[in-house]
Amino acid sequence: MIAIAHISIEAGVFALRDLSLAVGDGQYGVLMGPTGCGKTTLLEIICGLRKPLTGTIMINGRDVTGERPGNRGIGYVPQDGALFPTMSVRNQLGFGPHIRRWPKNLIVARVAELADELGITHLLERLPQGLSGGERQRVALGRALAARPAALLLDEPLSALDEDMRGELRELLKRIQRQQGISVLHVTHDHEEARELADATFVVSRDGVCTASSPALMQHLEHAEQL
Amino acid sequence: MAEDVMRPGLQNPACEGRPAESTACDEGYRARPDWPFWVVIAIVTTAYLTLLVGMVASASTFTDPSHLLGAVLSPNIQYAFALSLVSCTVSAIVALLVAVPVGYLLARGNFPGKALLDTLLDIPIVLPPMVIGICLLILFQTPILRWINIHVLRFTYTVWGVVLAQFVVGAAFAVRQMRTTFGHLDMRPEDVALTLGCSRGKAFRLVTLPAAQRGMFGAVSLAWARALGEFGPILVFAGATRMRTEVLPTTVWLEFSVGNLEAAVAVSLLMIGMSITVLLAMRALGDRP
Repeated sequence: MIAIAHISIEAGVFALRDLSLAVGDGQYGVLMGPTGCGKTTLLEIICGLRKPLTGTIMINGRDVTGERPGNRGIGYVPQDGALFPTMSVRNQLGFGPHIRRWPKNLIVARVAELADELGITHLLERLPQGLSGGERQRVALGRALAARPAALLLDEPLSALDEDMRGELRELLKRIQRQQGISVLHVTHDHEEARELADATFVVSRDGVCTASSPALMQHLEHAEQL
Repeated sequence: MAEDVMRPGLQNPACEGRPAESTACDEGYRARPDWPFWVVIAIVTTAYLTLLVGMVASASTFTDPSHLLGAVLSPNIQYAFALSLVSCTVSAIVALLVAVPVGYLLARGNFPGKALLDTLLDIPIVLPPMVIGICLLILFQTPILRWINIHVLRFTYTVWGVVLAQFVVGAAFAVRQMRTTFGHLDMRPEDVALTLGCSRGKAFRLVTLPAAQRGMFGAVSLAWARALGEFGPILVFAGATRMRTEVLPTTVWLEFSVGNLEAAVAVSLLMIGMSITVLLAMRALGDRP
């Protein structure tokens, strides 16, 4: 479960105020809103890359608000993937498990499993420079999932792709999410994308207020009030 | 005025009497060719290149192989050559070790006084070289550094002084280069590495530093080249003692000051060959995939 309550931040020209949302266990949440309203900033706050002024962040029932990014159990796919420029696809996929000191045989097995699931086995020795947009997103997704995070955050993962590739990756995202049983929060502008993927949709307005159609949010807010 | 520019065809005689909003009245318009632009660029580049090549070519006609051979075989010049090579390499490597963290801080850090720090780091670039030497000399008169100079490691008028003087100027250029390098690198891969479990230091070492490799070779090359040409601070801080603190620019000055112009030119050509070789080698290393 990804649950944030009463998050506020001011960053330059925009501000998020008292923003709350919750994506239930194994649910696919989609976050929408106009450009510049702070969707990416919100993902960075959930990851721990930015500190909010107020509010709490819970991942699978654990309060991670004060935790370092690497201790939150979150996989993050920024826009365009942000692949490591000098690392082969194999090393990108094995990066998280390697940092977390998994045994070598488990890293090798996990990389092979992910490469197979994502259809990128033939790319394992390649560097990011030669990859297409769709391939880059698959690698970024695999890298984020490799260490089996509790939650996955996707920042407009399909925006730079052509229509065919978008449809293909949409199916892949849904399949992977179901297989791994992971909670996902996916930022997009695309209503069709939201319709096809979302179990719950959240909309951030230009004044930084979030409206939602998820029953999990109401549950979480009630819980936060009780605490 | 600005509105006039925005309205198509307003100054075209063919448009007289037609509404300003009409777009059909620019039918006779033809975009000008690009060749004058390229001709200007070619002329400026050729003129500059002619100046550079002319300088080197005229210097090489001023000497002959016997002078060059004499320079190469002279023990003084051999010593100066070896000292230049070693001291420039050491000072450039130390400059890089300083430039990487400082350049990163300037590119990525956001803290009060950043503009002041940025300005202070440019001091060695804007100060006259002699002034840097004098400042170093006075710095080593302060109690702590004076004690270090006497009891730990002697800098004034020694080879270590040569390295320090070269480092002060070379590091300023290396810092600029590394700041630009880190400024152009995408920060998000490093952020992703943090979410995957890295500390900031580990993310920097595993993700950012390998991506900055080309900039690091550039910074070392720049620091090395500056160090090779350094003369003023070395003369003031380390002296110009033959077979002790004599580097190649010192040799050129010493030979020139006693009227031995042929030897000065021979050493200058030696320096040109040396710097071109080293810079090409560094560039080839930096361009490796």
